[in-house]
Amino acid sequence: MPTEPTETHDLIRFENVTKRFGDTTVLDDLCFSVRPGRHVTLIGPSGSGKTTILRLLMTLERPDAGTIRVNGGKLHPADEKHRREVRKKIGMVFQHFNLFPHMDVLRNLTEAPVRVLGLDRDEAEQRGRDLLELVGLSDKAHARPAQLSGGQQQRVAIARALAMRPKVLLLDEVTSALDPELVAGVLDLLRDIARTTDITMLCVTHEMGFARDISDEVLMFDSGKVIESGSPEKIFGDPGHERTREFLGAVL
Amino acid sequence: MNWDWSAVADFTPRFWDGLLVTLQVLVLGSLIAFTLGLVWAAGFRAGSRLVRWPVHVVTEFIRTTPLLVQLFFLFFVLPEWGVQFSALTTGTLAIGLHYSTYTAQVYRAGIDAVPAGQWEAATALSLPAHRTWLTVILPQALRRIAPALGNYVIAMLKDTPLLAGISVLEMLQQSRLESAETFQYTEPLTVVGVAFVLIAYPASLLVRTLERRLAH
Repeated sequence: MPTEPTETHDLIRFENVTKRFGDTTVLDDLCFSVRPGRHVTLIGPSGSGKTTILRLLMTLERPDAGTIRVNGGKLHPADEKHRREVRKKIGMVFQHFNLFPHMDVLRNLTEAPVRVLGLDRDEAEQRGRDLLELVGLSDKAHARPAQLSGGQQQRVAIARALAMRPKVLLLDEVTSALDPELVAGVLDLLRDIARTTDITMLCVTHEMGFARDISDEVLMFDSGKVIESGSPEKIFGDPGHERTREFLGAVL
Repeated sequence: MNWDWSAVADFTPRFWDGLLVTLQVLVLGSLIAFTLGLVWAAGFRAGSRLVRWPVHVVTEFIRTTPLLVQLFFLFFVLPEWGVQFSALTTGTLAIGLHYSTYTAQVYRAGIDAVPAGQWEAATALSLPAHRTWLTVILPQALRRIAPALGNYVIAMLKDTPLLAGISVLEMLQQSRLESAETFQYTEPLTVVGVAFVLIAYPASLLVRTLERRLAH
């Protein structure tokens, strides 16, 4: 039963959300919520629907049933204008970076702030350069994405998402496509961001060490449901569910 | 058979006039084909079936009927319904319209080849639809399809003599007028043929270079 959000301080609420792809039910009557400023990590076996949650929030997919609320407002049904306003508050970093290959790095960072937020170009470029400094790529402002390593590209993608000053940052297996030696740089950067900003983070990852470091809360998924949730100390130290123990046993 | 250089010289003024018309048809026809093709391609991707379906039917119809038939239809039949353009305008519109249905397919392939992640990144950055098209999708699609579009311009060049069929004064029609007056066929026709080679061959080399340059 979808209930009205009584807890108005929830930034994100999934209320009985179901999502199917063909005959496969990837999210099954899912309920969970995230308060502002929290860092929530979604863990679980592949195909358990974690990425779909991020894609639903970014409106890249539509739920088949249930209600998703951001700041109390429904994502569906809603007019496109409302969804656009919601999107502006949410940034997403993808597994395969998805930088714009025909633009240089700085342009990747300024395009949306100029076109969407209405910043003038100088302002946007200043913001872009500040972010490049943050991610350690000041010297790459005029490089093309193809000239960068995977790790560098992902750092640019993180900077691109932050350039929109989002309230929520969605991280979709951001290190899965990276060579092992490049993973640490990206994770360190994200730890920094988690520590120094009040941005709300929703993170799908297979890096359990990272999940333990940055999370306020860990949600364990299996077959489209949250089977267990709690602090990282609880989930990693003393998991209550048999499937969680099996999963952690397999990945740690 | 005797080659008569003076016949070539006599044909020269007409030839230049014809060349000018041919190039004019080619440039304007290409512009129409490029723009209208993009409109069709956008139609293919429209959210509503009420748009997609008619666009599909119209473009398939145009693409599968001969250009010459279309030329005759536009030139001889449309005036009966009160729509009348000059032969040159009719010819340019017809060739542009005809080729727009080919370029539409090229655009479609080019747009489909842009990875889904690019659309998703644009959505994640809240870029509005027209910005997504103009600054993210089309620049990447055009890079991929520039050589294919170039090849259609060359094909279009070689189809311009069809416009002689509705008496547009392009190169071939000029040579026919010349021959009708002088009874010399060899020289004017040869000059026109050579002119096509001299334009089309360097153009195809250009397309090939473009292809190589964009391939990496």
